[in-house]
Amino acid sequence: MGKIEDLEVINGEGYQLTTLDKAVALARSNSVWPLPFATSCCGIEFMATMGSTYDLSRFGMERMSFTPRQSDLLIVAGTISKKLAPVLKKVYEQMAEPKWVLSVGACASSGGIFDTYSVLQGIDRIIPVDVYVPGCPPRPEQIIDGVINIHKLVKHEPMRRRYSEEYRHLLGDYEIEVTNADNDK
Amino acid sequence: MTNNTLLESLHTLLGTKIVASEILHDTLVIEVTPNEAFNAIQMLKNDADLSFNFLTLIGAVHYPDEKDRELCVVYHLHSWKNAIRLRIKTYLPKDNPSIKSLTPLFDGANWQERETFDFFGIQFEGHPNMTRILNMDEMDYHPMLKQYHLEDETREDKDDRFFGR
Repeated sequence: MGKIEDLEVINGEGYQLTTLDKAVALARSNSVWPLPFATSCCGIEFMATMGSTYDLSRFGMERMSFTPRQSDLLIVAGTISKKLAPVLKKVYEQMAEPKWVLSVGACASSGGIFDTYSVLQGIDRIIPVDVYVPGCPPRPEQIIDGVINIHKLVKHEPMRRRYSEEYRHLLGDYEIEVTNADNDK
Repeated sequence: MTNNTLLESLHTLLGTKIVASEILHDTLVIEVTPNEAFNAIQMLKNDADLSFNFLTLIGAVHYPDEKDRELCVVYHLHSWKNAIRLRIKTYLPKDNPSIKSLTPLFDGANWQERETFDFFGIQFEGHPNMTRILNMDEMDYHPMLKQYHLEDETREDKDDRFFGR
């Protein structure tokens, strides 16, 4: 028995065994393609996180994807007004499974200081969120911590979770259909 | 041109259209009736000497306690030629408030009137597209009217004691 990045593997003479979903999850977690949905000051902090000082590329996130079709992780950084909410939901719906959501900062997580008629009081009212990063705005270290927590989720997620009844039910609560789950059953 | 000389010229030009006037924060403010507002602004724009040809702002104020004068529409005009500003106020009742649109005079009035409609519910007659501009289309009220709360009404996790309410 051995370990690659805390995944159990069995080592033998000239081969190494693990289960397929663990191998896939490991590969996925090391090449998450993020889609930054940045609207305000949290977005600026996220830009610093992407920049050379904090260098998000170290975590296999070299490529920011500006199309939802080709991204795995939706990073929502900033205030989302109620008028913008349907746009955000559409972007989430257009992402292919499997997909994760990182909510960066107080506004995206809870509306923050903007307790007002025009601001969505947390993006989890319209889409499911995997990891919340607190802060107003959070420092790049905190955003990296959130990303690493996403990696942990990705690494330990069974391949079939996205086809499960529970997952369908979760998205059903948000009135979102599981789109391409049947394709690779 | 000073505020006082401006007021004299305005009296000559508009006569009894001016209901009241005062100087607030160094700017002359005149009040006109809603029916005369369009004509007065048109005359101010077309007058060769005064030449108030720039519409700086259209806004509104809600005074819930002033009966039949609850909604005040405010126009800020600027005369480049004389380097002077003028504010024009006109008061509307709260039930079905409507006033003639300035879009035939100033193209820039288009979005400003939509914004004023969005937040105060004032209808601008003759506006080419009297719809909301900033708030979401599904919103069913006009949020700057004072009977509505500023806060989001759907939140349940806030303890009012900690927010001074």
